[in-house]
Amino acid sequence: MSNLADLPGVPIEFKRNAREALDDGQLRRNFRGAMDFLMAKRTAQFPDADELERLRAFGNRVRARALSKLPDLLERLEANLTRNGVKVHWAETVEEANAIVHSIVQAHEAKNLIKGKSMVSEEMEMNHFLGERGVDCLESDMGEFIVQLREEKPSHIIMPAIHLNAGQVASLFHDKLEVDYTEDVDRLIQIGRETLRRKFFEADIGVSGVNFAIAETGTLLLVENEGNGRMSTTVPPVHIAVTGIEKVVENLRDVVPLLSLLTRSATGQPITTYVNMISSPRKADELDGPREVHLVLLDNGRSQAFADGALRQTLNCIRCGACMNHCPVYTRIGGHAYGTVYPGPIGKIVTPHMLGLEKTRDLPTASSMCGACGEVCPVKIPIPALLRRLREEAVRAPDEGPHHMRGQGAKYSAKERMIWKAWKAVNTSPGLYRVARFAGTRLRGLMPSNIGPWTEHHAPPKPAARSLHELARDHLGDE
Amino acid sequence: MSHQPAAAPNATRVAPPLQAPRSYPAKPSDVFLFGTCVLDLFFPDAGMDAIRLLEREGIKVHFPQAQSCCGQPAYTSGYTDEAREVARAQLALFAGEWPVVVPSGSCAGMFRHHYFELFKDEPETLRQVESLAERTFELAEFLLEVCRVKLADTGAPVKVALHTSCSARREMNTHVHGRALLAQLQGVERLDHDHESECCGFGGAFSVRMPDISGAMVKDKTAALKGSGAAEVVSADCGCLLNINGAFEKQGESLRGEHLASFLLRRTGGK
Repeated sequence: MSNLADLPGVPIEFKRNAREALDDGQLRRNFRGAMDFLMAKRTAQFPDADELERLRAFGNRVRARALSKLPDLLERLEANLTRNGVKVHWAETVEEANAIVHSIVQAHEAKNLIKGKSMVSEEMEMNHFLGERGVDCLESDMGEFIVQLREEKPSHIIMPAIHLNAGQVASLFHDKLEVDYTEDVDRLIQIGRETLRRKFFEADIGVSGVNFAIAETGTLLLVENEGNGRMSTTVPPVHIAVTGIEKVVENLRDVVPLLSLLTRSATGQPITTYVNMISSPRKADELDGPREVHLVLLDNGRSQAFADGALRQTLNCIRCGACMNHCPVYTRIGGHAYGTVYPGPIGKIVTPHMLGLEKTRDLPTASSMCGACGEVCPVKIPIPALLRRLREEAVRAPDEGPHHMRGQGAKYSAKERMIWKAWKAVNTSPGLYRVARFAGTRLRGLMPSNIGPWTEHHAPPKPAARSLHELARDHLGDE
Repeated sequence: MSHQPAAAPNATRVAPPLQAPRSYPAKPSDVFLFGTCVLDLFFPDAGMDAIRLLEREGIKVHFPQAQSCCGQPAYTSGYTDEAREVARAQLALFAGEWPVVVPSGSCAGMFRHHYFELFKDEPETLRQVESLAERTFELAEFLLEVCRVKLADTGAPVKVALHTSCSARREMNTHVHGRALLAQLQGVERLDHDHESECCGFGGAFSVRMPDISGAMVKDKTAALKGSGAAEVVSADCGCLLNINGAFEKQGESLRGEHLASFLLRRTGGK
């Protein structure tokens, strides 16, 4: 990505990124294989289609109910966490969130942070922010550790290094960790774990994300498979959890269906190896656990989505990644091409609220609207409908009220609006439609052999000699 | 299934019906045909074959000459106001009691599902929308569930691959109906193809707005169809056919997708 594309308001060069990704045969094979594997794993978890539909409907209702009383639940969450001894912080922007984390770091004169996997910390670019201030952040999730060594960003929200194969990781470890080259996956994981193990004990602060924040009990729930999440949240003397404001649910009962949907949809597991539930710092009679626990609740554009009844459904997301696993676009270009922290279908609907439509203008368009994402979404987010809505917001005139989104009109073009008005005139006037049809069929010999993007992959379309209107009139008479 | 390539895990995964089961009326004496704009210009013969299939069932077909487009191109591009006015023009033309048969799943899906969104702020119009939605049937669905056709195959044995458009499958269950109709044909063996339930990459304006990604998708789809071992390709959605056939032609392949209506009529001695 160029530096220019990092500036706010400068559109992500999605099409160029996509073209480069499409030309990378290794990347294409890695993603196709990995996504096929994940799709099969998920399918195996839901053998009963009716049960799946009931569970999705249930999950949708639980999330919708939580969002319907979001301000109230957030207040209860804060009150109960505070009562439990957890310090709660509110951040409207990533800058505020980073400043909060930095102030905690400074208060403890911390130099080394160890991190469990957290997409919100990616959203904040926390590693970069703290790195510039002389604080070392080490990723302890194996996938995150690998992409950090490669100085890359995650390419998938659940499996950050899914774009790489074993050979590429072997070369990386050989180069960066100075170990013997091996493509044995078990051995590679062992090398990673040995490297990370001692770091947990050296760290001043542990950082983690949150899967569900439970209002009624003041509990932070975190799922993971490697144990690094438990280590990050229990070994260092201070734990900072960062999460988005939409992650709150009402009570523990609500977690049961959501957790089941999450792990089955994400990795095809009935449950993850570790399910951590954190309700307080170390108590007086306890032998381990952090002395201090902080929660940073980040907005970063979520309130904008929340304010609109349709767009609010974006916030149903429980970050399982099933939409990207099933997306024919994501499968072909991978996560990096999106140029955003959250790639794939969910990224296309959530990122415009975080970065504005100006920067993300091409993302809603990058879908054939096939609907695979909406079909598999465990909480029934109507992703194609929301993509269509974002397209509508992007082509509305920038000054047309009411305003729903930052960057409204990012793809507004008076010329294109004129073309669609002409299209409307033709399709609402039988006389004009007849003329257009006649021109299309009778002048078909004049169809140029090169009609822009279409003819890169297709022969030019050939209109028939006579339209169905004419053939039907001959056969059925004029109606 | 010995003809199958080493298929990817989702190759044969065909989602169960996603729409709530609907109750079907008795076979009517008259129907409307909504021809769709793509079919009108590029596949008019398929439209005529649909008319002949319906007539063969003893149904009188009405084709309002003032019909144009369902509005989908503008709708999916975000030009909602323009789509709404084109939709309004169709609503007026297809009023009444007769079923509306559509030989293209995604256009049928517009009538059945998306007009509600277009007219959500017009309670009066919504009554018409509801009537149209209830009376709209995709062609294969109508032949199978309303006409309850019993097809007598007269053709030579052949292996075919069936491509179902994504929106048609997800909004109209066409994968179920198309398969059931083909299964009635004795000499026809339907073969699965690799990643069968995956999109062909058309998506209307997507194919010209994102030609690189769309092109990669149709390249994989055409390879899968060819690799299935099928001698013929059948589909009930003209957008997909435009995409798949255009790509086959560009690649110098002789294979072409045929509209399901034409295939059914041809196999059963109708043309």
